Amino acid sequence: MTRFDLAIIGAGPAGMSAAVTARDAGLSVIVVDEQPAPGGQIWRAVGRNAGARSGNLAFLGEDYAKGAELAAQFEASGAQFWPSASVWHADSPDEGDKTVTVAWDGATRQFRAGALLIATGAMERPVPVPGWTLPGVMTVGAAQTLLKSSGLHPEPPLLLAGSGPLLLLFAAQCIAAGIEIAALLETTPPGAYMRGLPHLPVALLGWRTLLKGHRLKRQLAASGIPVYRAVTDLVADGTEQLERVRFRSAGMPVELEAAHLLLHEGVVPNPQLTRLLRCDHHWDAAQRCFRPDLSDRGETSVDNVFVAGDGGGIGGAMAAVHSGRIAAFEIAERFGSVNRPSGDVEIVKARDALRAELAVRPLLDAMFPPPDWIARLDGDVTVCRCEEVSAAAVRKAAALGAPGPNQAKAFLRAGMGPCQGRMCGLTITEILADAHGEHPERIGYYRIRPPIKPVTLGELAALDGSD
Amino acid sequence: MLRRLPEQKGRRVRFLFEGEQVHALEGDSVAAALLAAGAGATRTTPKSGSPRAPYCMMGVCFECLVEIDGVPNRQACLIEVRDGMRVRRQRGAPGLPGEAEDDPV
Ligand SMILES: Cc1cc2nc3c(=O)[nH]c(=O)nc-3n(C[C@H](O)[C@@H](O)[C@H](O)COP(=O)(O)OP(=O)(O)OC[C@H]3O[C@@H](n4cnc5c(N)ncnc54)[C@H](O)[C@@H]3O)c2cc1C
Ligand code: FES
Repeated sequence: MTRFDLAIIGAGPAGMSAAVTARDAGLSVIVVDEQPAPGGQIWRAVGRNAGARSGNLAFLGEDYAKGAELAAQFEASGAQFWPSASVWHADSPDEGDKTVTVAWDGATRQFRAGALLIATGAMERPVPVPGWTLPGVMTVGAAQTLLKSSGLHPEPPLLLAGSGPLLLLFAAQCIAAGIEIAALLETTPPGAYMRGLPHLPVALLGWRTLLKGHRLKRQLAASGIPVYRAVTDLVADGTEQLERVRFRSAGMPVELEAAHLLLHEGVVPNPQLTRLLRCDHHWDAAQRCFRPDLSDRGETSVDNVFVAGDGGGIGGAMAAVHSGRIAAFEIAERFGSVNRPSGDVEIVKARDALRAELAVRPLLDAMFPPPDWIARLDGDVTVCRCEEVSAAAVRKAAALGAPGPNQAKAFLRAGMGPCQGRMCGLTITEILADAHGEHPERIGYYRIRPPIKPVTLGELAALDGSD
Repeated sequence: MLRRLPEQKGRRVRFLFEGEQVHALEGDSVAAALLAAGAGATRTTPKSGSPRAPYCMMGVCFECLVEIDGVPNRQACLIEVRDGMRVRRQRGAPGLPGEAEDDPV
């Protein structure tokens, strides 16, 4: 089995910057990503859009265009890169090397590494409203991915519903690209902006982000797109396909026809690999999600397993770049390629940059508070999309004595479908916490087992343990 | 259904969806190509048979599971479309790989 000093899972901002830094320090590095090209979520298809489809940069914006530079550095770094390779198992024995198992090109490959950096980023928080399983309903990030990767956009009438910077950014990208938005349904509770004010002084450290947010709101106001505020009780309706959307805006009922509804309530760390590796996690009350416990150098509770980027807690792309550097320097020091003093100086620099980048987060959390209604869900709204389990069923399991998600899973099969709880895990923790009147941290999360990605029999049969 | 912005350069790719010929652009994921072709539901659920379509486009929801060249359980949003691919809706629980009938070409 081939061995590397460092294995990086994910080639987004965090993974790419860690790879560049670690290669500079002389480590042998492998990077795997299930996407066909580097870039991660923010810089999806940045190679294509900086090249043959450069016309798209005009509406994707300058933050997007910036990705091309890091992607080019990454490609020149000499790190081995496996695109279209899904990690379905990672193992960290108490002593010695980590093992990573990947489904790649119809075969299974394994390699060993001294240190493992999980840079798998964030996913959008699942938004379980009635009808969210209908074709025609998808996430804002999904629509944005289609735009970046394929220049595709939903046909009208198109509605955007939810809250958060990514929703505003996508709306601005649509306006710039001439894509029609029928209405914006803002679920941000009234007064949230005012509650954000006390955080302003610290947030000024991250003034660039603030300016950007301000510009996005202005663009939106100037566009004339109808905005419904204080939206609650959102329902997607249709038989085989989305046909209409109902909701209340400041208490008043509204019904709109829609071909597409895009949902977004912020992003949360993708927990699959850190859970699989049995890293310790804690509940982040401000962002209403779990995040792995990390040292100030990005190490988890498991020796030589690191996390950088949004997978460790939401900080955005530039924070991901800095945290990738910090982890890479620490790993380089451990594996003997960089001596302490110079590495430490670099870490201090990167940490200052990271701090400035994160300064704006409390303000963003206050301005776009994560939804609290998910914890109160009840009735027949689908919570687990794979096994079609309702909120009421989860409450019933709680009443029958299921203390946590793993027992609820045994009762209901929730979390046993192909997505392995990615789409219901957080919701089920929240509902059980509400039902038992317990803190989400005590309720816990699903126990994640391999394979964390679907593996075909052919891929399993090809597991030859070589490279 | 999705529409393509003007000036999206790229080679045209042809593949089969449920035996029908569909066009896409090189670099499209199978999921993007199906949404652009107006495929509607791309799978039905094992439990109630309810229709589903790609939801996250980033590999986490598994709503885009389809059968590609006879292999079920493929995440259509992570796989680039290729000339001559045979794609089918995944109906209910997946069969074993290779179990699917061939497309009537
Ligand atoms: C859908 C979506 C769209 C976003 N768009 C923007 C945007 O336009 N602008 C912005 O500022 N922020 C955006 N964000 C926020 C985003 O989290 C950025 O802050 C940034 O991309 C985080 O960088 P990262 O390196 O931590 O992770 P990511 O960029 O998310 O990269 C993680 C990478 O890991 C890979 N991966 C995950 N699991 C596996 C596995 N098991 N095996 C192999 N590879 C795996 C993924 O394919 C991905 O390429 C978006 C987030 C999401 C979820
Ligand atoms: S669309 Fe969600 S996994 Fe493919």
